[in-house]
Amino acid sequence: MSTSGMTASALHSDSALYTALALVIDMDPALVDIVGLSLRVSLSAVLTAALIGLPLGAALALWRLPGRGMVIVALNALMGLPPVVAGLGVYLLLSRAGPLGELGLLFTPSAMIIAQVVLVLPIIAALARQLVEELWGEYREQLTSFGLSRACAIPTLLWDARFGLITVVLAGFGRASAEVGAVLIVGGNIDGVTRVMTTAIALETSKGNLPLALGLGIVLLSLVALVNGAAYVIGEAARRRLG
Amino acid sequence: MTDMSMAVDIQEAPASLRLDAVSFEHRGQTLLEDVSLTLSTTGKTLIMGPNGAGKSLLMRLAHGLLQPSRGQVQWPAGQPRQAMVFQRPVLLRRSALANLTYTLKINAVPRAKRRALAQEALEHFGLAAMAKRPARVLSGGEQQRLALARAWLISPEVLFLDEPTAALDPAAIKAVEDAIADFHHRGTRIVMTSHDLHQARRLADEVIFLCNGRLVEHSKAETFFSAARSAEARAFVKGELVW
Repeated sequence: MSTSGMTASALHSDSALYTALALVIDMDPALVDIVGLSLRVSLSAVLTAALIGLPLGAALALWRLPGRGMVIVALNALMGLPPVVAGLGVYLLLSRAGPLGELGLLFTPSAMIIAQVVLVLPIIAALARQLVEELWGEYREQLTSFGLSRACAIPTLLWDARFGLITVVLAGFGRASAEVGAVLIVGGNIDGVTRVMTTAIALETSKGNLPLALGLGIVLLSLVALVNGAAYVIGEAARRRLG
Repeated sequence: MTDMSMAVDIQEAPASLRLDAVSFEHRGQTLLEDVSLTLSTTGKTLIMGPNGAGKSLLMRLAHGLLQPSRGQVQWPAGQPRQAMVFQRPVLLRRSALANLTYTLKINAVPRAKRRALAQEALEHFGLAAMAKRPARVLSGGEQQRLALARAWLISPEVLFLDEPTAALDPAAIKAVEDAIADFHHRGTRIVMTSHDLHQARRLADEVIFLCNGRLVEHSKAETFFSAARSAEARAFVKGELVW
Protein backbone atom coordinates (compact mmCIF):
# COMPACT_ATOMS: atom_id res chain seq x y z
CA MET A 1 0.00 0.00 0.00
CA SER A 2 1.41 3.37 -0.96
CA THR A 3 1.08 6.29 1.39
CA SER A 4 1.23 9.03 -1.17
CA GLY A 5 -2.43 8.99 -2.02
CA MET A 6 -3.54 8.93 1.53
CA THR A 7 -5.65 11.91 2.57
CA ALA A 8 -4.71 12.65 6.12
CA SER A 9 -7.54 15.00 6.85
CA ALA A 10 -9.99 12.11 6.67
CA LEU A 11 -8.18 10.15 9.32
CA HIS A 12 -9.11 9.97 12.91
CA SER A 13 -6.11 9.38 15.16
CA ASP A 14 -7.34 5.88 16.13
CA SER A 15 -7.59 4.82 12.55
CA ALA A 16 -4.24 6.56 11.96
CA LEU A 17 -2.66 4.19 14.47
CA TYR A 18 -4.18 1.15 12.73
CA THR A 19 -3.05 2.37 9.37
CA ALA A 20 0.40 3.00 10.81
CA LEU A 21 0.59 -0.56 12.16
CA ALA A 22 -0.56 -1.86 8.79
CA LEU A 23 2.22 0.15 7.11
CA VAL A 24 4.77 -1.42 9.44
CA ILE A 25 3.43 -4.95 9.13
CA ASP A 26 3.04 -4.77 5.35
CA MET A 27 6.57 -3.36 5.04
CA ASP A 28 5.37 -0.36 3.07
CA PRO A 29 8.07 0.47 0.48
CA ALA A 30 8.19 4.18 1.32
CA LEU A 31 8.59 3.33 4.98
CA VAL A 32 11.19 0.65 4.31
CA ASP A 33 13.24 3.06 2.18
CA ILE A 34 13.21 5.68 4.89
CA VAL A 35 14.11 3.20 7.65
CA GLY A 36 16.85 1.74 5.48
CA LEU A 37 18.43 5.13 4.81
CA SER A 38 18.17 6.06 8.49
CA LEU A 39 19.99 2.90 9.51
CA ARG A 40 22.62 3.35 6.82
CA VAL A 41 23.34 6.93 7.84
CA SER A 42 23.31 6.38 11.61
CA LEU A 43 25.23 3.10 11.56
CA SER A 44 27.91 4.56 9.28
CA ALA A 45 28.17 7.61 11.51
CA VAL A 46 28.42 5.54 14.69
CA LEU A 47 30.97 3.17 13.17
CA THR A 48 33.13 6.08 12.02
CA ALA A 49 32.77 7.88 15.35
CA ALA A 50 33.68 4.68 17.24
CA LEU A 51 36.77 4.06 15.09
CA ILE A 52 37.99 7.57 15.89
CA GLY A 53 36.45 8.10 19.32
CA LEU A 54 37.47 4.91 21.11
CA PRO A 55 41.25 5.24 20.56
CA LEU A 56 40.96 9.01 21.07
CA GLY A 57 39.20 8.52 24.41
CA ALA A 58 41.74 5.91 25.48
CA ALA A 59 44.64 8.16 24.52
CA LEU A 60 43.10 11.01 26.50
CA ALA A 61 42.73 8.69 29.48
CA LEU A 62 46.38 7.69 29.43
CA TRP A 63 48.30 10.79 28.50
CA ARG A 64 49.01 13.60 30.88
CA LEU A 65 49.51 16.47 28.48
CA PRO A 66 49.21 20.15 29.21
CA GLY A 67 45.71 21.27 28.33
CA ARG A 68 44.31 17.81 28.84
CA GLY A 69 41.75 19.12 31.33
CA MET A 70 40.51 21.65 28.79
CA VAL A 71 40.12 18.99 26.13
CA ILE A 72 38.13 16.81 28.52
CA VAL A 73 35.84 19.67 29.55
CA ALA A 74 35.35 20.63 25.90
CA LEU A 75 34.56 17.03 24.99
CA ASN A 76 32.10 16.68 27.85
CA ALA A 77 30.44 19.94 26.86
CA LEU A 78 30.19 18.80 23.24
CA MET A 79 28.18 15.79 24.40
CA GLY A 80 25.35 18.28 24.74
CA LEU A 81 25.97 19.93 21.37
CA PRO A 82 22.57 20.87 19.90
CA PRO A 83 22.07 18.91 16.65
CA VAL A 84 20.98 22.03 14.77
CA VAL A 85 24.24 23.73 15.69
CA ALA A 86 26.25 20.70 14.55
CA GLY A 87 24.16 20.74 11.37
CA LEU A 88 24.82 24.42 10.84
CA GLY A 89 28.57 23.94 11.29
CA VAL A 90 28.70 21.08 8.79
CA TYR A 91 26.42 23.04 6.44
CA LEU A 92 28.84 25.97 6.44
CA LEU A 93 31.75 23.62 5.78
CA LEU A 94 30.04 21.82 2.91
CA SER A 95 28.09 24.66 1.31
CA ARG A 96 29.21 25.81 -2.12
CA ALA A 97 31.21 28.72 -0.63
CA GLY A 98 32.56 26.69 2.29
CA PRO A 99 36.05 25.17 2.57
CA LEU A 100 34.79 21.72 1.54
CA GLY A 101 32.21 23.00 -0.91
CA GLU A 102 34.00 21.54 -3.92
CA LEU A 103 33.27 18.03 -2.74
CA GLY A 104 29.61 18.63 -3.51
CA LEU A 105 28.46 16.67 -0.52
CA LEU A 106 25.72 18.98 0.72
CA PHE A 107 22.25 17.41 0.61
CA THR A 108 23.64 13.90 0.26
CA PRO A 109 23.63 11.02 2.75
CA SER A 110 27.42 11.56 3.13
CA ALA A 111 26.78 15.03 4.52
CA MET A 112 24.29 13.53 7.00
CA ILE A 113 26.85 10.95 8.07
CA ILE A 114 29.44 13.69 8.64
CA ALA A 115 27.00 15.74 10.71
CA GLN A 116 26.10 12.73 12.84
CA VAL A 117 29.79 11.85 13.35
CA VAL A 118 30.22 15.37 14.73
CA LEU A 119 27.35 14.73 17.12
CA VAL A 120 28.32 11.23 18.20
CA LEU A 121 32.11 11.50 18.36
CA PRO A 122 32.18 13.60 21.56
CA ILE A 123 29.85 11.15 23.31
CA ILE A 124 31.92 8.11 22.40
CA ALA A 125 35.27 9.77 23.09
CA ALA A 126 34.23 11.33 26.41
CA LEU A 127 32.58 8.20 27.81
CA ALA A 128 35.37 5.95 26.53
CA ARG A 129 37.88 8.27 28.21
CA GLN A 130 36.07 7.86 31.51
CA LEU A 131 35.80 4.06 31.27
CA VAL A 132 39.38 3.55 30.13
CA GLU A 133 40.72 5.89 32.78
CA GLU A 134 39.00 3.86 35.49
CA LEU A 135 40.36 0.63 34.06
CA TRP A 136 43.83 2.12 33.69
CA GLY A 137 43.77 2.99 37.38
CA GLU A 138 43.29 -0.69 38.06
CA TYR A 139 45.65 -2.06 35.40
CA ARG A 140 48.41 0.54 35.39
CA GLU A 141 50.89 -1.17 37.70
CA GLN A 142 50.34 -4.60 36.20
CA LEU A 143 50.67 -3.45 32.59
CA THR A 144 53.71 -1.33 33.46
CA SER A 145 55.16 -4.37 35.20
CA PHE A 146 54.63 -6.32 31.95
CA GLY A 147 56.81 -3.70 30.30
CA LEU A 148 54.00 -2.34 28.10
CA SER A 149 54.24 1.25 26.97
CA ARG A 150 51.14 3.40 27.27
CA ALA A 151 50.52 3.27 23.55
CA CYS A 152 50.72 -0.53 23.60
CA ALA A 153 48.34 -0.63 26.56
CA ILE A 154 45.51 1.01 24.57
CA PRO A 155 44.32 -2.09 22.67
CA THR A 156 44.40 -4.12 25.90
CA LEU A 157 42.39 -1.50 27.78
CA LEU A 158 39.85 -1.10 24.98
CA TRP A 159 39.37 -4.85 24.78
CA ASP A 160 39.01 -5.29 28.53
CA ALA A 161 36.53 -2.40 28.71
CA ARG A 162 34.65 -3.89 25.76
CA PHE A 163 31.29 -4.45 27.46
CA GLY A 164 31.16 -0.94 28.87
CA LEU A 165 32.25 0.42 25.51
CA ILE A 166 29.49 -1.43 23.67
CA THR A 167 27.01 0.47 25.84
CA VAL A 168 28.84 3.69 24.98
CA VAL A 169 28.60 2.98 21.27
CA LEU A 170 24.92 2.12 21.62
CA ALA A 171 24.37 5.43 23.41
CA GLY A 172 26.00 7.08 20.42
CA PHE A 173 23.69 5.19 18.10
CA GLY A 174 20.71 6.33 20.16
CA ARG A 175 21.79 9.93 19.76
CA ALA A 176 22.40 9.55 16.01
CA SER A 177 19.13 7.82 15.21
CA ALA A 178 17.01 10.17 17.32
CA GLU A 179 18.31 13.56 16.21
CA VAL A 180 16.51 15.54 13.55
CA GLY A 181 18.15 18.98 13.41
CA ALA A 182 21.51 18.08 11.91
CA VAL A 183 20.28 15.73 9.17
CA LEU A 184 17.52 18.17 8.28
CA ILE A 185 19.95 21.04 7.72
CA VAL A 186 22.68 19.19 5.82
CA GLY A 187 20.45 16.58 4.15
CA GLY A 188 17.57 18.80 3.20
CA ASN A 189 14.94 16.04 3.70
CA ILE A 190 14.79 15.26 -0.02
CA ASP A 191 12.27 12.52 -0.75
CA GLY A 192 13.99 9.28 -1.66
CA VAL A 193 17.47 10.77 -1.25
CA THR A 194 18.03 12.20 2.19
CA ARG A 195 14.75 11.60 3.98
CA VAL A 196 15.29 9.69 7.19
CA MET A 197 12.88 8.66 9.93
CA THR A 198 13.12 11.73 12.11
CA THR A 199 12.89 14.28 9.29
CA ALA A 200 10.07 12.28 7.71
CA ILE A 201 8.15 12.24 11.00
CA ALA A 202 8.52 16.01 11.33
CA LEU A 203 7.43 16.58 7.74
CA GLU A 204 4.56 14.08 7.63
CA THR A 205 3.19 15.36 10.92
CA SER A 206 3.17 18.93 9.66
CA LYS A 207 1.50 17.73 6.46
CA GLY A 208 -1.10 15.92 8.53
CA ASN A 209 -0.09 12.48 7.20
CA LEU A 210 -0.31 10.88 10.60
CA PRO A 211 -0.22 7.18 9.60
CA LEU A 212 3.24 7.38 8.03
CA ALA A 213 4.48 9.64 10.83
CA LEU A 214 3.15 7.23 13.43
CA GLY A 215 4.42 4.18 11.58
CA LEU A 216 7.90 5.70 11.47
CA GLY A 217 7.55 6.67 15.12
CA ILE A 218 6.75 3.07 16.02
CA VAL A 219 9.78 1.78 14.13
CA LEU A 220 12.03 4.44 15.68
CA LEU A 221 10.76 3.70 19.19
CA SER A 222 11.18 -0.05 18.68
CA LEU A 223 14.68 0.53 17.43
CA VAL A 224 15.58 2.66 20.44
CA ALA A 225 14.00 0.09 22.78
CA LEU A 226 15.93 -2.68 21.04
CA VAL A 227 19.20 -0.79 21.40
CA ASN A 228 18.59 -0.14 25.08
CA GLY A 229 17.54 -3.72 25.66
CA ALA A 230 20.71 -4.92 23.98
CA ALA A 231 22.81 -2.57 26.11
CA TYR A 232 21.17 -3.88 29.28
CA VAL A 233 21.50 -7.54 28.35
CA ILE A 234 25.14 -7.17 27.34
CA GLY A 235 25.98 -5.25 30.52
CA GLU A 236 24.29 -7.80 32.77
CA ALA A 237 25.88 -10.75 30.98
CA ALA A 238 29.30 -9.14 31.31
CA ARG A 239 28.84 -8.52 35.03
CA ARG A 240 27.77 -12.08 35.61
CA ARG A 241 30.43 -13.71 33.47
CA LEU A 242 33.49 -11.61 34.07
CA GLY A 243 33.05 -10.47 37.65
CA MET B 1 75.13 -0.09 62.17
CA THR B 2 76.31 1.20 58.84
CA ASP B 3 75.54 0.37 55.26
CA MET B 4 79.02 -1.13 54.93
CA SER B 5 78.53 -3.65 57.71
CA MET B 6 75.24 -4.75 56.21
CA ALA B 7 76.77 -5.12 52.81
CA VAL B 8 79.58 -7.28 54.15
CA ASP B 9 77.10 -9.43 55.97
CA ILE B 10 75.00 -10.44 53.00
CA GLN B 11 77.12 -9.89 49.94
CA GLU B 12 78.32 -13.30 48.82
CA ALA B 13 77.03 -13.61 45.28
CA PRO B 14 77.61 -10.84 42.72
CA ALA B 15 75.41 -7.77 42.95
CA SER B 16 72.19 -7.89 41.02
CA LEU B 17 70.39 -4.77 42.20
CA ARG B 18 71.87 -1.70 43.81
CA LEU B 19 69.91 1.11 45.45
CA ASP B 20 72.02 4.17 45.97
CA ALA B 21 70.70 6.73 48.52
CA VAL B 22 67.17 6.30 47.21
CA SER B 23 64.48 8.63 48.55
CA PHE B 24 60.87 8.91 47.54
CA GLU B 25 58.65 11.88 48.22
CA HIS B 26 54.97 12.30 47.57
CA ARG B 27 53.17 15.61 48.04
CA GLY B 28 55.96 16.98 50.15
CA GLN B 29 56.07 13.98 52.42
CA THR B 30 59.14 11.79 52.52
CA LEU B 31 57.93 8.22 52.38
CA LEU B 32 61.30 6.58 51.89
CA GLU B 33 64.53 8.20 52.92
CA ASP B 34 68.08 7.58 51.89
CA VAL B 35 67.89 3.83 51.35
CA SER B 36 71.10 2.22 50.11
CA LEU B 37 71.34 -1.51 49.68
CA THR B 38 72.64 -4.21 47.40
CA LEU B 39 70.88 -7.42 46.49
CA SER B 40 72.81 -10.46 45.32
CA THR B 41 71.74 -12.49 42.29
CA THR B 42 70.39 -15.43 44.26
CA GLY B 43 68.26 -16.15 47.28
CA LYS B 44 65.02 -15.04 48.85
CA THR B 45 64.81 -11.61 50.42
CA LEU B 46 61.92 -10.65 52.65
CA ILE B 47 61.18 -6.97 53.09
CA MET B 48 59.62 -6.56 56.50
CA GLY B 49 58.38 -3.80 58.71
CA PRO B 50 55.23 -2.35 60.23
CA ASN B 51 52.46 -0.86 58.07
CA GLY B 52 53.53 2.33 56.36
CA ALA B 53 57.21 1.49 56.68
CA GLY B 54 57.66 1.74 52.92
CA LYS B 55 57.89 -1.95 52.03
CA SER B 56 55.69 -1.90 48.95
CA LEU B 57 57.18 1.41 47.92
CA LEU B 58 60.71 0.03 48.07
CA MET B 59 59.64 -2.90 45.93
CA ARG B 60 57.92 -0.67 43.35
CA LEU B 61 61.05 1.47 43.11
CA ALA B 62 63.20 -1.62 42.63
CA HIS B 63 60.85 -3.02 39.98
CA GLY B 64 60.74 0.31 38.18
CA LEU B 65 57.04 1.05 38.66
CA LEU B 66 58.04 4.27 40.42
CA GLN B 67 60.99 6.57 39.95
CA PRO B 68 62.89 7.71 43.03
CA SER B 69 62.79 11.40 43.93
CA ARG B 70 66.50 11.21 44.71
CA GLY B 71 69.14 8.53 44.39
CA GLN B 72 69.48 5.74 41.88
CA VAL B 73 68.21 2.24 41.27
CA GLN B 74 70.73 0.28 39.26
CA TRP B 75 71.07 -3.19 37.86
CA PRO B 76 74.87 -3.40 37.46
CA ALA B 77 74.73 -6.51 35.27
CA GLY B 78 71.93 -5.10 33.13
CA GLN B 79 68.14 -5.18 33.48
CA PRO B 80 67.05 -8.73 34.28
CA ARG B 81 63.74 -10.23 33.19
CA GLN B 82 61.46 -9.41 36.05
CA ALA B 83 57.88 -9.92 37.10
CA MET B 84 55.78 -8.74 39.98
CA VAL B 85 52.90 -10.39 41.81
CA PHE B 86 50.63 -7.99 43.67
CA GLN B 87 48.67 -8.40 46.89
CA ARG B 88 45.46 -8.23 44.89
CA PRO B 89 46.20 -9.91 41.59
CA VAL B 90 45.30 -7.76 38.60
CA LEU B 91 43.82 -10.19 36.11
CA LEU B 92 42.49 -9.23 32.72
CA ARG B 93 38.80 -9.58 31.95
CA ARG B 94 39.33 -12.77 29.99
CA SER B 95 39.56 -16.49 30.68
CA ALA B 96 42.36 -17.89 32.82
CA LEU B 97 43.97 -19.36 29.71
CA ALA B 98 43.63 -16.07 27.79
CA ASN B 99 45.37 -14.24 30.63
CA LEU B 100 48.37 -16.48 30.11
CA THR B 101 48.39 -16.41 26.31
CA TYR B 102 48.20 -12.60 26.55
CA THR B 103 51.43 -12.57 28.56
CA LEU B 104 53.10 -14.77 25.97
CA LYS B 105 51.85 -12.54 23.19
CA ILE B 106 53.30 -9.35 24.67
CA ASN B 107 56.55 -11.24 25.19
CA ALA B 108 56.62 -12.02 21.47
CA VAL B 109 56.17 -15.78 21.80
CA PRO B 110 54.97 -17.16 18.42
CA ARG B 111 51.21 -17.73 18.32
CA ALA B 112 51.55 -21.45 17.60
CA LYS B 113 53.41 -22.07 20.83
CA ARG B 114 51.29 -19.94 23.17
CA ARG B 115 48.44 -22.29 23.94
CA ALA B 116 50.59 -25.28 24.85
CA LEU B 117 52.85 -23.20 27.09
CA ALA B 118 49.87 -21.62 28.81
CA GLN B 119 48.23 -25.01 29.38
CA GLU B 120 51.46 -26.32 30.81
CA ALA B 121 51.66 -23.42 33.26
CA LEU B 122 48.03 -23.88 34.28
CA GLU B 123 48.72 -27.54 35.00
CA HIS B 124 51.86 -26.70 36.93
CA PHE B 125 49.86 -24.44 39.21
CA GLY B 126 46.89 -26.80 39.53
CA LEU B 127 44.59 -24.64 37.45
CA ALA B 128 44.07 -26.86 34.40
CA ALA B 129 40.37 -27.30 35.20
CA MET B 130 39.86 -23.54 35.32
CA ALA B 131 41.35 -22.80 31.88
CA LYS B 132 38.09 -21.59 30.33
CA ARG B 133 36.75 -19.84 33.42
CA PRO B 134 36.83 -16.03 33.47
CA ALA B 135 39.89 -15.17 35.54
CA ARG B 136 38.10 -12.66 37.72
CA VAL B 137 35.52 -15.08 39.08
CA LEU B 138 38.18 -17.48 40.40
CA SER B 139 38.72 -17.64 44.16
CA GLY B 140 41.35 -15.43 45.76
CA GLY B 141 43.82 -18.30 46.02
CA GLU B 142 43.22 -19.40 42.44
CA GLN B 143 43.64 -15.84 41.21
CA GLN B 144 46.96 -15.52 43.01
CA ARG B 145 48.13 -18.84 41.57
CA LEU B 146 47.13 -17.62 38.12
CA ALA B 147 49.17 -14.46 38.70
CA LEU B 148 52.10 -16.70 39.65
CA ALA B 149 51.56 -18.86 36.58
CA ARG B 150 51.64 -15.69 34.48
CA ALA B 151 54.96 -14.73 36.03
CA TRP B 152 56.22 -18.32 35.57
CA LEU B 153 55.70 -18.09 31.81
CA ILE B 154 58.28 -15.36 31.36
CA SER B 155 60.91 -17.21 33.43
CA PRO B 156 61.83 -14.12 35.42
CA GLU B 157 65.32 -13.73 36.78
CA VAL B 158 63.86 -11.61 39.56
CA LEU B 159 60.36 -12.03 40.99
CA PHE B 160 58.86 -9.34 43.20
CA LEU B 161 55.93 -10.32 45.40
CA ASP B 162 53.99 -7.70 47.34
CA GLU B 163 52.23 -9.36 50.29
CA PRO B 164 51.08 -12.16 47.97
CA THR B 165 49.36 -14.11 50.73
CA ALA B 166 47.87 -11.29 52.80
CA ALA B 167 44.26 -12.07 51.90
CA LEU B 168 44.46 -15.86 51.61
CA ASP B 169 43.49 -18.83 53.77
CA PRO B 170 46.16 -21.27 55.02
CA ALA B 171 45.75 -23.79 52.17
CA ALA B 172 46.07 -21.03 49.57
CA ILE B 173 49.06 -19.59 51.45
CA LYS B 174 50.73 -23.00 51.30
CA ALA B 175 50.13 -23.19 47.55
CA VAL B 176 51.65 -19.74 47.02
CA GLU B 177 54.66 -20.55 49.20
CA ASP B 178 55.19 -23.81 47.28
CA ALA B 179 55.08 -21.83 44.06
CA ILE B 180 57.65 -19.40 45.42
CA ALA B 181 59.88 -22.38 46.26
CA ASP B 182 59.45 -23.59 42.66
CA PHE B 183 60.58 -20.23 41.33
CA HIS B 184 63.52 -20.31 43.72
CA HIS B 185 64.59 -23.77 42.55
CA ARG B 186 64.46 -22.58 38.99
CA GLY B 187 66.98 -19.91 39.93
CA THR B 188 64.66 -16.93 40.20
CA ARG B 189 65.73 -14.24 42.63
CA ILE B 190 62.85 -13.73 45.09
CA VAL B 191 62.09 -10.34 46.65
CA MET B 192 58.95 -10.29 48.72
CA THR B 193 57.21 -8.13 51.29
CA SER B 194 55.39 -9.64 54.21
CA HIS B 195 54.38 -8.65 57.69
CA ASP B 196 53.85 -12.28 58.69
CA LEU B 197 56.77 -13.30 60.90
CA HIS B 198 56.07 -17.02 60.59
CA GLN B 199 56.05 -16.80 56.84
CA ALA B 200 59.26 -14.79 56.88
CA ARG B 201 60.95 -17.42 59.02
CA ARG B 202 59.83 -20.14 56.60
CA LEU B 203 60.97 -18.35 53.46
CA ALA B 204 63.64 -15.78 54.07
CA ASP B 205 67.33 -16.14 53.31
CA GLU B 206 67.80 -12.50 54.20
CA VAL B 207 65.66 -9.75 55.62
CA ILE B 208 65.42 -6.08 54.81
CA PHE B 209 63.76 -4.34 57.74
CA LEU B 210 62.19 -0.94 57.20
CA CYS B 211 60.69 1.39 59.75
CA ASN B 212 59.21 4.84 59.06
CA GLY B 213 60.64 4.94 55.56
CA ARG B 214 64.18 4.17 56.66
CA LEU B 215 66.28 1.08 56.16
CA VAL B 216 66.92 -0.14 59.68
CA GLU B 217 68.42 -3.52 59.05
CA HIS B 218 69.54 -5.73 56.18
CA SER B 219 70.91 -9.05 57.32
CA LYS B 220 70.80 -12.80 56.95
CA ALA B 221 67.54 -14.30 58.14
CA GLU B 222 69.02 -16.24 61.05
CA THR B 223 70.82 -13.14 62.28
CA PHE B 224 67.69 -11.05 61.96
CA PHE B 225 65.45 -13.43 63.85
CA SER B 226 67.92 -14.37 66.61
CA ALA B 227 70.15 -11.38 67.05
CA ALA B 228 68.82 -8.29 65.32
CA ARG B 229 71.06 -5.33 65.80
CA SER B 230 68.44 -2.60 66.09
CA ALA B 231 65.97 -2.20 68.93
CA GLU B 232 63.11 -1.75 66.43
CA ALA B 233 63.86 -5.03 64.68
CA ARG B 234 64.21 -6.91 67.97
CA ALA B 235 60.86 -5.54 69.10
CA PHE B 236 59.30 -6.42 65.72
CA VAL B 237 60.61 -9.98 65.90
CA LYS B 238 59.14 -10.35 69.38
CA GLY B 239 55.80 -9.25 68.00
CA GLU B 240 55.74 -5.94 69.80
CA LEU B 241 54.29 -2.83 68.24
CA VAL B 242 56.90 -0.80 66.46
CA TRP B 243 56.65 2.82 65.39
